[in-house]
Amino acid sequence: MSNTLTPAANQGGKLLLEVEHLTMRFGGLTALNDLSLAVPAGKITSIIGPNGAGKTTFFNCLTGFYKPTTGNVRMHHPQYGPLLLNQMPSYHVARKAGVVRTFQNIRLFPNMTVLENLIVAQHNALQRASRFSIAGLFGQAGYKSAREAALAKALMWLTRLKLLDIADTAAGNLSYGTQRRIEIARALCVDPLLLCLDEPAAGLNPRESAELNELLLYLSREHNKGVLLIEHDMNVVMRVSDHICVLNFGNKIAEGNPAQIQNDPDVIKAYLGEDETDQEAA
Amino acid sequence: MGQFIQQLINGLTLGAVYGLIALGYTMVYGIIGMINFAHGDIYMVAAIIAVTVLTLLGALGISAVPLAILITLAVVIFFTAIYGWSVERVAYRPLRKASRLAPLISAIGMSIFLQNMVQLTQGARVKPIHAMMPGGFELFTHDGFSVHLAYTQIMIISVTIILLAVFSYLITRTSFGRQQRACEQDQTMTALLGINVDRTISYTFMLGAALAAVAGVMVTVYYGVVDFSIGFVAGIKAFTAAVLGGIGSLPGAMLGGLIIGMIESFWSAYLSPEYKDVATFGILILVLMFRPSGLLGRPEVEKV
Repeated sequence: MSNTLTPAANQGGKLLLEVEHLTMRFGGLTALNDLSLAVPAGKITSIIGPNGAGKTTFFNCLTGFYKPTTGNVRMHHPQYGPLLLNQMPSYHVARKAGVVRTFQNIRLFPNMTVLENLIVAQHNALQRASRFSIAGLFGQAGYKSAREAALAKALMWLTRLKLLDIADTAAGNLSYGTQRRIEIARALCVDPLLLCLDEPAAGLNPRESAELNELLLYLSREHNKGVLLIEHDMNVVMRVSDHICVLNFGNKIAEGNPAQIQNDPDVIKAYLGEDETDQEAA
Repeated sequence: MGQFIQQLINGLTLGAVYGLIALGYTMVYGIIGMINFAHGDIYMVAAIIAVTVLTLLGALGISAVPLAILITLAVVIFFTAIYGWSVERVAYRPLRKASRLAPLISAIGMSIFLQNMVQLTQGARVKPIHAMMPGGFELFTHDGFSVHLAYTQIMIISVTIILLAVFSYLITRTSFGRQQRACEQDQTMTALLGINVDRTISYTFMLGAALAAVAGVMVTVYYGVVDFSIGFVAGIKAFTAAVLGGIGSLPGAMLGGLIIGMIESFWSAYLSPEYKDVATFGILILVLMFRPSGLLGRPEVEKV
């Protein structure tokens, strides 16, 4: 472990994701500048910062959307060892490295039912068992048990996320808050080691948002998932985060636990502007 | 009356062939949102390969008709699927991130290439095969007009029904079908769930080519003549069928194919054979005026 690593690595959870000197430039614009970060398993790590700070760019670099200009994103996979996410095709990021993300603007398969959305996420296991659909056509036993396992997993998450009664509704017809929950349930069906959530609380009402908090804590504590969270809703961030990283104009300006971040002068300056801080100090 | 039933049978047969080609169009359109203009030529290549294989089997002395047709189908599907895969690999995949016009043009290029390749290597002359399945049933005679149902027509119609059923099952019920529908709706998200989108698209092209291959074999056996230029008109008709039925919808493609087959057959019989294409495309225009998304297509409703 290099000395650029952050305190997060020492919080107890096993190191899962290691971001080393990640820089992403678009022409003259530097969206991310030399970002280093460590994300452990079983903990919730939040990325916050004003709009345009580079949070979503960071997620895009994680999931193979963008190829970072310089730097590495390394996933410490318990089975396969260290994997460089920035050199993988998108589908390997989920299939092999176990990193799954959700989007700020929901991206469900709107014409499929909720259940089908969750089954698609388990495609790889099913495809292996069905020998590329051929055995599936003939109802072979191995495929049947794989299908039942996929169904059982989908039902488990549907139940946990209170989606069971709408399992057969087309996903596109449901309310915003519900669609957010489906998106998280679908991501969980991939069995991720690291779950990256891009503003999961946006557009949720206070009750839904409280349920989200509870769910995030449950996933990290009970299922030992690493959770990487981009969020503007401070009620969520401050309550659930084990570790917070603050970005502003692509630079990491602060890092620490919620209490440290709330009192960090740089953070207050970035969020409220220079003048207000002076007044506050006065 | 006799004449009417006969044209109905002919129209069904023709429509089934258009429907098979249209199924391939619609599947490919569904997954990448682009028309595969080389699809008609894939069908032509299949027909040419079918002539070769049938002639070869004849020379080898395999005379049992069902066996010969089954072997031909297997061989033609195999080679045509490779063609389908190559078309995607050469004309579509390198342009995945380009503007939508670029792959359209490269596909037209692919179509011209395939036609010319076949013309150069196989010659421009019409290729005949001897009649494989002559005869049929004489259903009834009415007013001195006897209605025939040829064995080849039974074969074409039943093969088409079976394939439509198999493909509907494949798309709606199997894991591959779900993966394919997922790619249709959101390729990026599908990849992020661990699904290899490029491979799914390749398989879809291969399946579409396989359908065109079956259509090519059927037509070869039905008409007994094939040349390098049959792909263009068949492709345009099948494309019309797919649009008429609602592009992206499998039953729609089949329905569109049947409607076009019927129009052609009835128009040729009762009005004028010269204007059958005008009638076909006229109906297309009429349908699209009142149902822009086709007969069975889902209208795109954008939520705001």
